[in-house]
Amino acid sequence: MHELSLAASIVEAVTETAAAYPGSTVKEVRLRLGALSDVVEDSLRFCWDLTVEGTPLAGATLVVTQISVVVHCDRCNDDVQLESLQSFRCPRCGEPASDLRQGKELEIESIEVDDHCMEQTSEEYLPDQETRGEK
Amino acid sequence: MTTRIVELRRGILKKNDELAAGLRARYAEAGVLVLNLVSSPGTGKTAFLERTLRELRLSGARAAALVGDLETDNDARRLAASGAPVRQINTHGICHLDAEMIAKHLDGWEGVELNQLDYLFIENVGNLVCPSSYDLGEKIRVALLSVTEGEDKPLKYPTLFNSADAAVITKMDIAEPCDFDRDLALKNIHEIRPGIKVFETSSKTGAGIIEWINYLEEKLAQRER
Repeated sequence: MHELSLAASIVEAVTETAAAYPGSTVKEVRLRLGALSDVVEDSLRFCWDLTVEGTPLAGATLVVTQISVVVHCDRCNDDVQLESLQSFRCPRCGEPASDLRQGKELEIESIEVDDHCMEQTSEEYLPDQETRGEK
Repeated sequence: MTTRIVELRRGILKKNDELAAGLRARYAEAGVLVLNLVSSPGTGKTAFLERTLRELRLSGARAAALVGDLETDNDARRLAASGAPVRQINTHGICHLDAEMIAKHLDGWEGVELNQLDYLFIENVGNLVCPSSYDLGEKIRVALLSVTEGEDKPLKYPTLFNSADAAVITKMDIAEPCDFDRDLALKNIHEIRPGIKVFETSSKTGAGIIEWINYLEEKLAQRER
């Protein structure tokens, strides 16, 4: 699909968040990708290396959690995990199930930052100049 | 040095989703029913839309179309022959339409006021993968499949077919020479999207078009204002 533009969107969002931690470096970015998000992980990783170069995310590791598809089965009155993307049926009773509960995630879960200036930033009245100096 | 975890929990496509939510509100306020047509290249989206626009015009409905392609305005010119207002969106290499492109093309569209329209059709870029992730604020997503493509297309592209609200099989006039297995195709569509409404159509002969137009009219009557 469009993994390159997804990588760019991730870098943009993470850069925005990381800006709140001046002087820190982003060590890790955790994503949640649903089986129905159509993202090819290998392709995303390939684009990732190209995209993070020269950004505050350079060197950051990408950690991907794959999320399986869960549908609600009316007959079992329960949320059940699909066994195959080729059949939207309850694996227990065979009832067709169109009520999707999980599996379309395309989400940045969290980031891990190395806070080089933790002591300073934790002080509330840090002079502006010093913060800039840390960058 | 300390390490800390910062929770984000935000959608990667958050910007698009927010823009699409704005578009959805705008469509609802204008009272226009918006449909997003998605298929592979060559399924016959443009021919199907041409026929749809013509039929709607005959019935007195007001419809317009935005048509997405990587390059050329060939499709817009074809569709404009129906008499409906049509605007081409060239994505220049991007494999899908996004909410921002739609918003840009809605503004300054000469002769088109959203609140004077009954229907707005968005013909997406021919692609069965990427358009599924991009919400355009549409009310109805239509997945199209032609008889020449193979009955297992829905199984190969479950994301798109699962996210569709209606499915259209095109080129039914050549189903027989193509050895098209209608029952298998219907079974596969329902396997991916149980209960979906399916229209078996031919833009050439007009087969199935009345059912499709009836469906549009029914959905228009149900739209929220």
